[in-house]
Amino acid sequence: MDTIDQIPIPTAIEPEKAGKDSSAPAIAVDNLHKSFGSQKVLNGISLTVKPGETLAVLGRSGTGKSVLLRLTIGLEQPDSGSIRIHGQDIAGLGLDQLGDIRMKMGFLFQHAALYDSLNVAENVAFPLQHHRREMSKSQQDDRVRQLLAEVGMEGHLDKMPSDISGGMQKRVGLARALALQPDILLLDEPTAGLDPISSGEIDDLVLKLQAEHHMASIVVTHDLHSARTIANRLALLNEGNVVIEGSFEELQKSDIEFVREFLGHS
Amino acid sequence: MINRKFRTVAGIDPPLLEPRTSLMSSMSSVGSSPLGPISRFLEWFGDLGIFFWRVVCAAVTPPFEFRELFRQLDEIGSMSLPLVALAGAATGVVLSLEARYSLTRFGAKSLLPAALVFSVIHETGPIITGLVVSGRVGAGIGAELASMKVTEQIDAIEASAVSPYRLLAAPRILACILVLPLLTLAADASGLLMGWVAQALVEPLSLHQFVNAGFKGAGFNDFLPPTFKTMAFGLIIGLIACFQGMRTRGGAAGVGRAATSSVVLSSLFVILADVVLVKLILIFFP
Repeated sequence: MDTIDQIPIPTAIEPEKAGKDSSAPAIAVDNLHKSFGSQKVLNGISLTVKPGETLAVLGRSGTGKSVLLRLTIGLEQPDSGSIRIHGQDIAGLGLDQLGDIRMKMGFLFQHAALYDSLNVAENVAFPLQHHRREMSKSQQDDRVRQLLAEVGMEGHLDKMPSDISGGMQKRVGLARALALQPDILLLDEPTAGLDPISSGEIDDLVLKLQAEHHMASIVVTHDLHSARTIANRLALLNEGNVVIEGSFEELQKSDIEFVREFLGHS
Repeated sequence: MINRKFRTVAGIDPPLLEPRTSLMSSMSSVGSSPLGPISRFLEWFGDLGIFFWRVVCAAVTPPFEFRELFRQLDEIGSMSLPLVALAGAATGVVLSLEARYSLTRFGAKSLLPAALVFSVIHETGPIITGLVVSGRVGAGIGAELASMKVTEQIDAIEASAVSPYRLLAAPRILACILVLPLLTLAADASGLLMGWVAQALVEPLSLHQFVNAGFKGAGFNDFLPPTFKTMAFGLIIGLIACFQGMRTRGGAAGVGRAATSSVVLSSLFVILADVVLVKLILIFFP
């Protein structure tokens, strides 16, 4: 049986090849602290993601990976530190300015978080209805069909979220996240709870979308194979901080015991 | 390093208010300090005030969510109408039977229509409407929004750069404010109608005679202020239900707690508000 480092995998596109200016980071997290009550979740974490680059954030459960994503899009407030999106610190922004920043970001939630009272097409149309009011209904419908075709869900427009599988919900969530053509994509456990085939399909889909849209992405995952497949760099978190950051090969060469233990168990 | 703990209170970049503790649990459990429940209540009240301010700010600035408002007017108004009318009718019958018994004992049976009209339009109709709506709509809004919260749907709305205060809270609260007076009219009408039926079954009395005798001394001051005071009930019900729903945590149990606390707290505050409003009406509309 092949070990994980022997499996041939497709690779993520280098940001330079994606035609993006890689000098200024799309996302820059600096010395970020976040606690919930007495529980310290993030303890001075710093990360950067260049335009067109994909960073996979790995770590044990409860190390603050999802909190990092929620902080990045402003769903939580940091206790201290800064989060800069294209150079703009989001912590001091008013609702309107934060809304402008959020429109440049797509977020795929761990359980897709589709609106359960809306069907698949209405879920994808939601951001368009609120932020592309200049588009006519038929233009919005065309855009929804195009987005759903991109994620392979064009035949399920009228289905309710409860009538489709977890993998399909993630695809619809991804289509919704892409509706406003963001240049930053945040993916929270995109393959969690899916069978290996569906996980592979989601990975392929993310790779395809990266190639087409050249977005800066942060992918939070437990799935090392998925992280290897879709990310340019990996960051391993432990106790609220980055233990190591680099390519999969660099992680493999690390002497840090936690890194070796994590890779050994994955 | 910049400390940003107070930014949310200042209204800048606000994530949805998270409960520090459940009010219901904090009220039922006495902590080590006797001031604990009081300070938790004050905290809850402060958070409610901040929530209200954010809803007001979202409601008065465009874009306005008219489609959602009309959907809520139908959901809260039309769907509550049968229940409110039924509750009003039952109350009218009971009041009629009780008042007949009491007034007959004191030789004032002729005052029965007026007593019924005044008690229904002044107090019984508005308060019954407020309590019925707080039960049906409070639980519904609390559970719906709590369910959206625990399944991250509200976070998804925020992540889509849409304000949940504007999209979810403002139309529900506004719909509650607008429909309560209309539902009160329905409760008043069905209460008086069934009150007359209850009387007519005991002693022949035409509807015309009943209305003439009942509304003989009644003016607009008897009718309008009690009816419009239910707008305050609507504000209380919508605000508390949205607040409890949108700050819930903890899966299915959290949804249940949000629904229960929405009903209990909105009913309680409707009754307390009624005490204050009745006094104010008596002062300003003697």
